[in-house]
Amino acid sequence: MTTTAPERTPLHVAGELLATRRIGAYHHLTVVAPGVAERFRPGAFVAVSTGAERLARRAFWIHKVKTSGGYGATLELVVEARGPGTTWLVGQAPGTTLQVTGPLGRPFALPSEAVPCLLVGEGYAAAPLFPLAERLRERDCAVSLLVAGSDEAHLLSALEARRSARAVTVVTGDGSVGQRGTVGDVVGEVLQRSGAAVVYAAGSVTTLHAVAAAAEAAGAWSQVAIEQPLTCATGLCQGCPVPVVGESGAQRLVRACADGPVLRGDRVVWDELMAP
Amino acid sequence: MSLDLHAPVMVAAGCGGTGRELASYGALSRLGGFVTRSITITGRPGGPSPRILETPSGLVHAVDLQNPGIDQFLALELPWLLQQEARVFVSVVGRTLGEYAELARRLGRTPGVAGIEVNLAPPDAAGVFDVREPFHAASVVAAVHRDLPRGMPVLAKLRSDVLRVAESARSVLDAGADAVVVGNALPAAMPDGRRAGLSGPATRPLALRCLVEVVAALPHATVVACGGITTTDDVRAALGNGATAVQVGTALLHDPTTAHRLLAEIEEDTA
Repeated sequence: MTTTAPERTPLHVAGELLATRRIGAYHHLTVVAPGVAERFRPGAFVAVSTGAERLARRAFWIHKVKTSGGYGATLELVVEARGPGTTWLVGQAPGTTLQVTGPLGRPFALPSEAVPCLLVGEGYAAAPLFPLAERLRERDCAVSLLVAGSDEAHLLSALEARRSARAVTVVTGDGSVGQRGTVGDVVGEVLQRSGAAVVYAAGSVTTLHAVAAAAEAAGAWSQVAIEQPLTCATGLCQGCPVPVVGESGAQRLVRACADGPVLRGDRVVWDELMAP
Repeated sequence: MSLDLHAPVMVAAGCGGTGRELASYGALSRLGGFVTRSITITGRPGGPSPRILETPSGLVHAVDLQNPGIDQFLALELPWLLQQEARVFVSVVGRTLGEYAELARRLGRTPGVAGIEVNLAPPDAAGVFDVREPFHAASVVAAVHRDLPRGMPVLAKLRSDVLRVAESARSVLDAGADAVVVGNALPAAMPDGRRAGLSGPATRPLALRCLVEVVAALPHATVVACGGITTTDDVRAALGNGATAVQVGTALLHDPTTAHRLLAEIEEDTA
């Protein structure tokens, strides 16, 4: 009777934290969450509980799905400790039980033909682009990558990026690695050089807006993974509205968690989303 | 007439999405009822961001009744819920008594609706019918009751106001409500001063006191407990103090399996 195939529905499971590694400014958490990893598609995310008193869930991009001996498939999440919930999470010892819900949200849509693609990731939000790059290469898409961060510590896996993409551009706010600048400074030029027909992006709203605008100017499609503070992360609470223009031209609100996080860049009403 | 529920756990208004999201974690037909988010005559876009903030053991929310309006709800959401064999209680809010009556007429002639929950005290909503006194609550319930076919239950969701809740309950039952839901989110404010509601375990002892007051004053009334219900012990406390059923709300935002889990555990109690 349900309209979604069962293997596409999210699960809520008691997972286990296997390991936490600090890399630069971020913590990489390896988590066993039975069934969640198997259902993963790039752009999907998980929600994690950070104690019974903190009612809102914390949402994280899925960076990698690995099969490690004895545990089945595991998830790798990239966490920046910036509030009480994330600080609690990165301080947990291996073996801690974590309530994990996922995979959540609409993932990136893959092109049906082999077309050149540009992937733009800023800070920890670059996490879902690496598994996406792999899927695109399996489809013979030429993948270019633009990774950005405020400094080297906030740059995700720049070395790995060179393995998964044909061309890699790096920009940092302080110029410590690659070019000095922001995504907005370079995305137009990188897009032109890559000849991409589709641009995939994840990062701050400002960055995503710049990417969507550059794509529109170049006649490319853009798919942007929007990050909003989430409460339930499952589509129940209506706490993460994003204004979009639908097929009919009428404006409406969608939920970043359940209708996104990946949305078409030309559909988002950026001025309203960025209004204070 | 009292409320006929096949299970003592329901989903509280505003915490179950459209139902589709929750259905991923358990069959809606298992639950005693699914109360929709509050539906209005014309759709409401809801308030600006941030809409929800975390407080100790609670959530402060200023969603301002975002909903698609009765037409879209009936066309796009209700049929799917009925297809799942969920017992659907439609929560309604009006700007005027006339709007409440119109909502009752529309829902009263829609096949499959299990009942109506009148949201008498949305603490974060602007421009809705102002329910200050118990007689205001009674006039809303009377307007809804008058326009419903006989036999369709009306639940009246009251403000968690310890001092007035028993009087309010008496008024709405006299006006034709079949059951009272105690209670709503507490009036609160966002840091910038916007009106908001406070929900979650932080509100539970207060909601329990309201339940106790209503049951003491009206021992034969059908009372549904709502407010911070999170654990099996919370359900036991509510049922032990005279509630017929409980509604689970905020806990679903933390763990979408809560309602089904509590129901299974409570059924073990009685098995």
